[in-house]
Amino acid sequence: MNRFDYVRAGSIGEAVAAAVAPDSAYLAAGTNLLDLMKGGISRPVRIVDISRLPGLGKIERLADGGLRIGALVRNSDLAHDADIARRYPAMAEALLSGASAQLRNAATTAGNVMQRTRCQYFYDTASACNKRDPGAGCDARHGETRSHAVLGWSEHCVATHPSDFCVALVALDAVVELEGAAGRREVPLESFHRLPGDTPQIETVLAPGELIVAVRLPPQAAKFAAHGRYLKVRERTSYAFAVVSAAACLRFDNDKIAEARIALGGVALKPWRARAAEAVLAGRAPGADIYREAAAAALADARPSGDHNGYKIELARRLVARALALAAAGTPERLPALPASPFAQAAGVPAHG
Amino acid sequence: MSIPTASIPITLTINGVRHRLVLDDPRVTLLDLLREQLHLTGTKKGCDRGQCGACTVLLDGRRVNSCLALAVSHDGAELLTIEGLAQGDALDPVQAAFIEHDAFQCGFCTPGQIMSAIGLIREAQAGDDPERVREAMSGNLCRCGAYAGITEAVLDAQARMRRQRAQGKAA
Repeated sequence: MNRFDYVRAGSIGEAVAAAVAPDSAYLAAGTNLLDLMKGGISRPVRIVDISRLPGLGKIERLADGGLRIGALVRNSDLAHDADIARRYPAMAEALLSGASAQLRNAATTAGNVMQRTRCQYFYDTASACNKRDPGAGCDARHGETRSHAVLGWSEHCVATHPSDFCVALVALDAVVELEGAAGRREVPLESFHRLPGDTPQIETVLAPGELIVAVRLPPQAAKFAAHGRYLKVRERTSYAFAVVSAAACLRFDNDKIAEARIALGGVALKPWRARAAEAVLAGRAPGADIYREAAAAALADARPSGDHNGYKIELARRLVARALALAAAGTPERLPALPASPFAQAAGVPAHG
Repeated sequence: MSIPTASIPITLTINGVRHRLVLDDPRVTLLDLLREQLHLTGTKKGCDRGQCGACTVLLDGRRVNSCLALAVSHDGAELLTIEGLAQGDALDPVQAAFIEHDAFQCGFCTPGQIMSAIGLIREAQAGDDPERVREAMSGNLCRCGAYAGITEAVLDAQARMRRQRAQGKAA
C-alpha cells in the first residue's frame, strides 16, 4: 500500500474541498478501497475520511412515499430493515446476495455504488488495462473473458460492474444525490456509471471532489412490493460476484402486467436497465412465452466481448425469464435462505444435499 | 482536518480495556494493530483482502473483516476479539460448542469462525435453519472443511444461549 495523507472531514463542505485535489479518494468503510490499495491498483495520495460526517447515516421515509438512503447507511442495516425489505424486496434480496455478512456490516450505500470492477486484468497490475493505465491496452479483450461484458463494451474495455444492489436500484429508478464544489445536483443512477467507450478510466459522471450524499427511491418504487425478485447466477451459491444477475419487478392491473421493471447485472460496465423488455410486457397477460419474448428483447443488442462469454447471453435470457416468472408468482413472505439463488427451493427444502 | 501522519493518537476499547495508542502510519489496519502492536495474535491474518474471514472481530458489536478497516478511521471504537470471550477458564458457549462438535481441524480459521458465529447469533437473522446459518457463515472459509461441525456448533450454541437467557429471566 502506498503512503497517503489522511484527512478526517468534519463537514461535507470540508470533505469536498479536500477531495478536489488530484488523486484523492473518499474513505467510508474501505472494504473495496483498502483491497485495491493493498494490491497497488489504487494509489491515492490523499484519503478523505467521510465515515464520521454527520447526517449521512440515516434512512428517511419521505413525505411523498419515497425513500432516502444516506450515503453511509450500511448494506446490512438497509437489507435487514423489515419494512424496507417488504416495500423493496428486490433491493433487499440483491443486497443479501452480495458479499459476506462481515462485508455487508461494514460496506456503505455510496461505497457499493462506487465499487470498482473485479475484472482480473484490472486487478493484476502486470496486465495491460486501459482503466488502470489509460492507453496501455486491454489484456482482457483477447484473454480469459468468462466473466466479461456482453453489452455496452468497447475495444478499450470489456469489464463489468460488480454490484448487485445497483441492479435492483436501477430497476427501481433510483436517483443519486451529489454534492460538489458547484453545489448540489441529482443524477439518475442509470446515468451515473459510464460505459467504457474510449475512456474507460472515467467510470462515473462525478466531477472532481463530488460526493454521493444519498441514494433516493421515488414513490413509485414501492408499487412493485408484491412482485419483486432478484436472481443471481454465480460460481458458488454464496459470497461470489454475479456471472449474470437480474432484477425483475412487476405491477399488475387485474390479470394483466401493468408495468415491468427489468435490470441486469454482470453483463456490462454499468447496471443494465432493459427498457425494451419492459415494453414487451406492459399490458400483456403473464406467461412463459411472454417472459421469453421479453428476455429476448433484453439481450437483443448483446454480443460476446471475447471467446469465452457468449454463453452469458443465453444464460441472461433464461435468467430474465425465470426472474419474471418468480416475480409474477409473488414476493415470498420471507426472503429465501439463499437469497437470489436460482436454485432456491420452497421453504425448508435444502438446495444442497 | 488534516492529521499529521507521523504519529496519530487513537483510543480503542479492546475486550473491555481502554487503550490509548499511537499509530506511526495511517496505513495500519485494525488487524495489524491487534497483532503487531497489542500482540493479540488470536485474530488471524489469512488472505488480508477480505476474502477468508480469519480476521473477523466484532467492531462496535458487529462482525467485520479487521483486515479491511483502517485503525485511524475507528478512533473511539469498541473491539471484541477471540481473547475477550472466555471468563477465566469458563469458555464462551460458542467456544464450547466448537469443541463439542469438532468444528475445526487445524484451527487457523477458528477464531474468525467463532467471532463470526457470535456476530451471527447477535444479528438473529438465521434462526434454527441450517441453510441460513451456512449462508450467514459464508464469509469464513475453512480449508480443512469442518463446515458440517461448524454449522452444528453455531446452531447448538445459539440454542444453548437462548435457554440460558430464558432461565436467567425465570430466575
